[in-house]
Amino acid sequence: MHFNSVNLWVVAAALLGAAIRGSIPYMFVSLGECLTEKSGRINLGMEGILLMSAMTAFAVSQRTGSPWLGALTAAIVGGILGLLHGSLTELPGVNDIAAGVAMVVFGSGLAFFFGKQFVAPMAPQLPVLEFGKWASNPALRAALRISPLFFLGIVTAFVLHYALKYTRWGLHVRAVGDAPEAARSMGISARQHRLIATTIGATLAGIGGAHLTLYFPGIWSEGISGGQGLMAVALVIFARWSPLRCLAVSLFFGGAQALDPSLQALGFGGFYHLLNASPYVLTLILMIVSCSRSRKLIGMPGALAGRG
Amino acid sequence: MKRHSMIPSPRSIESVAIPAIAFLLAMALFGGFCVFWGAPFWGVFSSIYRAGFGSWYSWQNSLLRAAPLMLCGLCTALPARAGIITVGNEGAFVMGGLAAAAAGLATQSAPAWVSLSSMAVAGIVAGGLWIALAAGLQHYRGVNAVISSLLMNYIAIAFMLQLVEGPMRDPGSLNFPATYPISPSHQLGRLFNSRVHMGLVFGVVASLLVWFLLERTVWGMKVKVVGGNSRTASLVGLPLGAIILTASFIGGGCAGLAGMVEVAAVHGRASHAIAAGYGYAGILVAFLSRQSPLRIVIVSLILGAVIASGGSLQRDLDLPDASIAVFEGIVFLLILASETLYGRFEFFWDTRDAF
Repeated sequence: MHFNSVNLWVVAAALLGAAIRGSIPYMFVSLGECLTEKSGRINLGMEGILLMSAMTAFAVSQRTGSPWLGALTAAIVGGILGLLHGSLTELPGVNDIAAGVAMVVFGSGLAFFFGKQFVAPMAPQLPVLEFGKWASNPALRAALRISPLFFLGIVTAFVLHYALKYTRWGLHVRAVGDAPEAARSMGISARQHRLIATTIGATLAGIGGAHLTLYFPGIWSEGISGGQGLMAVALVIFARWSPLRCLAVSLFFGGAQALDPSLQALGFGGFYHLLNASPYVLTLILMIVSCSRSRKLIGMPGALAGRG
Repeated sequence: MKRHSMIPSPRSIESVAIPAIAFLLAMALFGGFCVFWGAPFWGVFSSIYRAGFGSWYSWQNSLLRAAPLMLCGLCTALPARAGIITVGNEGAFVMGGLAAAAAGLATQSAPAWVSLSSMAVAGIVAGGLWIALAAGLQHYRGVNAVISSLLMNYIAIAFMLQLVEGPMRDPGSLNFPATYPISPSHQLGRLFNSRVHMGLVFGVVASLLVWFLLERTVWGMKVKVVGGNSRTASLVGLPLGAIILTASFIGGGCAGLAGMVEVAAVHGRASHAIAAGYGYAGILVAFLSRQSPLRIVIVSLILGAVIASGGSLQRDLDLPDASIAVFEGIVFLLILASETLYGRFEFFWDTRDAF
């Protein structure tokens, strides 16, 4: 093994860049899932939403030449799917887990159906912000070429944090998620708040989907989401239902994904799959350690904890 | 109430009529969708039907896909009857397949029946423990089993890929990392000169067995009490933990057995190809069957036919092959939505109970 300081520096820069890049879809999907779960519902259908919005963003950008229009449409399509999921699970007797899995099938089916014609071409990508012009090191410069969506994600997290904590609407959403009966007795409609939370959550996930296809290399393929939508559920637990912690955890998950190529560059390779699974293992351990029979996970909305 | 009346009760008519109406509505929606894309309405369904049930060849395709769906459906359904919802089917399936491959490779010099039984046992135990772990975590530690079993799916797949590309890799499998193959003489047999393998028998027998356990044994009664009201169950002194763990072990064992079949009859070795999504489809099978083992057989058969017809819409009508996934999605959503209709129609109420 013969790595020197320059090599390490390059690897660290590449890792940072990859963590930032990889974190963006996680950020939006986890913020969306966080809001949904705060209202007392799990949306397992994020994977379908991610795929459908990724395809939509790509198709619109390719046809109209405007990537921003693509991202906007992707958010709207995400919101529509969220509205569908939300209305479906509002019906008495409909299980939200099953509805989520069905949404994955439906969303990915639609995405693959419409996306078939878009597998080959390239679409205009979202612009990137160059923060590394001062740097002489090309790896660092590449790492600091950051999508504006990264900053949009950070802003969204703070807005969501503020909204949930300090606004009337946020209080109601948390009330509905923590103690639905108490909320009902106060005259707060669980149906309405959950529907809105699920729809906004899916809209955010739609922006994450747009990042998948409108950022380098900017192509659409059927495997593009790679399970990141399902992973959002794990991410939210890891972040213990806090939008601000979702940011940090997204960077961590995005970085874990990029760790293996970096390690390989340093000469330790071959644990790709186990490293990829490390966030899941850590989330599971976190849940096991911090749960007990009598006590729910700290921060977990009561409506999620109380059921079998 | 007379239990064995020849006239079906309004309740049982309801349980057929509601999903049937939802299915017809889904057909109408999907048919309209295809017409919009220039395909003939009835042509779409005759194409699906022909590809699913039109000939002995297509029947075989459907049955081949129905087999793992039945076993994976039981994996969610049985623990659900004990009140534990898990979505760990894919993980249990993969762990079962991996354990079966290891057992098969370890017993290569043994007679075929010894090797096959050890593969089956290894698959069942691995899948069973996997789901029992998720259920145990919920029961003893309060960890939501939906979330833990979802995480465990990823862990299982990563674990399998790591072994298949590392210590268990056949150096000859260059572009397609896999374990060493199980010798053909030690693979699972096929039925009556067809391509359909023993997995179908396993699926049907397991479904009947689970039905028998649930409906005709004391243990099944206990499972349903625990699932219906765990407070009552513990008040009357039922051992909640033991019942939940055994139900989950049997359910997980079914998915593990499906993984074993995938290795021992379909691929002949373990590789990433065994994580083909049967586990996730099994969750839907269980919910569409309303967690009933007998309905699982029927739902699996229909879903198997629909999945098998994937390529036919493309061949016959030049629709993208993902059309069938759109159809599946619409069917799932509508049938799940129709759950809300149970008990809402007065003409399905069983008035005989009242007197």
